[in-house]
Amino acid sequence: MADLVAVSITVNGKLYEKAVEPRLLLSDFLRHELRLTGTHVGCEHGVCGACTILLDGKAVRSCLIFTIQATGQEILTIEGLADLVEGPAWHPLQEAFRETHGLQCGFCTPGFLMTLIPFLEENPDPTEEEIREALSGNLCRCTGYQNIVKAVRMAATALKEGAK
Amino acid sequence: MIIVQDFEYFKPESIEEAVGLLSKYGDGGRVLAGGTDLVSLLADGAVQAEALVDIKGISALGDIAFENGVLTIGSLATFSDLIASDVVKSEFPLTWEMPLTVASVGIRNRATPVGNICSAVPCCDTGPILLVYDAEVLVTGPGGDRSVPIADWFVGPRQTVRGPGELVTGVRVTKPGKKHGGCFVKLRRYKGEDLAQASVSVLALEGNEYRISFGSVAPKPIRGTRIEALLNGYDLTDKLLKKAVDLVDGEISPITDIRATAEYRSHMCKVMLKRGLRAAVDRMNGGGPAYGTEVI
Ligand code: FES
Ligand code: FES
Repeated sequence: MADLVAVSITVNGKLYEKAVEPRLLLSDFLRHELRLTGTHVGCEHGVCGACTILLDGKAVRSCLIFTIQATGQEILTIEGLADLVEGPAWHPLQEAFRETHGLQCGFCTPGFLMTLIPFLEENPDPTEEEIREALSGNLCRCTGYQNIVKAVRMAATALKEGAK
Repeated sequence: MIIVQDFEYFKPESIEEAVGLLSKYGDGGRVLAGGTDLVSLLADGAVQAEALVDIKGISALGDIAFENGVLTIGSLATFSDLIASDVVKSEFPLTWEMPLTVASVGIRNRATPVGNICSAVPCCDTGPILLVYDAEVLVTGPGGDRSVPIADWFVGPRQTVRGPGELVTGVRVTKPGKKHGGCFVKLRRYKGEDLAQASVSVLALEGNEYRISFGSVAPKPIRGTRIEALLNGYDLTDKLLKKAVDLVDGEISPITDIRATAEYRSHMCKVMLKRGLRAAVDRMNGGGPAYGTEVI
């Protein structure tokens, strides 16, 4: 077996120091080592987007990254999303998905939300086409996407009002 | 999913160190940058590795630089970096238009154009673009540095002229000396996470010079040299376009696979060539669809 490699990774504001095998995928590290099972794995080939997390603020697919590559970096997963806003409320994106019925089985949802966080930061007032383009790497088998697009619009409005 | 095979991991801080490791491990040494291709291949067992050489710790590999009309895209630059670069957008519009069609944001944030030409799948999008710019691949190895014209880089599917122990440090793209316009036309099943069924890249230069390349319709990205010879020196008339289209089947050798049939690829290449040529010329003259607007 290859030597274990020490990693220190901050996940949702908490620092984790562990020794891992080089072949351990970041998605498996989050799910199996840290028990943060909100990051879902669908295809494990970089296609479906279910495993999307933020790595140093950028949306990336955790199934295509080795844990060791993320050492020294900061990760945000779905479990940390609600903590971005003060108090007991959900994040406006979570609220909007609930409100518009933007999810059914929910398997794809964490990936959608994580993809959308940087997107709405860069693009606070997106057109429908921009929303669809931004979500083109996230697959959903249930919703038909209509309500997801609605949710994004609603969240964008809420985020803008929150920022005022 | 646990990856079944086991390998060592190294994160060198210098190019020399990386070359040393790659020389030591030979075929078992794999360069890791974005990993969007390599990780899947390792998981599938399609690639065997003894050691991964993660080059992200090598600051000398740099990102994107533009000096004296020459653009250097370092091995660590991602597709997202190309899109975000003002100089790429204004000076090398085709290099800016291409990454907009590559996979999705989550992949573009990790995947690198240099990795794209190193994995050298026939459907890669970076190869065809670099071909029309006559770019050079910068390589460092045990024998020193060399630069390889992109036209000589690809050998076949997943094969390049990269030698044992060699590391690609970047690609160099020289800005054409004349006014020009380009168009990257990519056919895919839907806009999003899909690879090219076929792609056509066109660079039109002032004085009726045309450069054309095809992706995903031959074992490697290719230049359409016979079409270029036909067009060079002439205005783009409907009659000439028709003649150009008639030459397409002589240039490409598409196959039927899970993404498209050979017949469909061949048919669409003709449509894409026509539209790409028109858009490139219009853009050169200040009109045409804005860069990033797909013509197919
Ligand atoms: S599980 Fe990572 S993209 Fe599908
Ligand atoms: S809600 Fe079921 S896959 Fe999207």
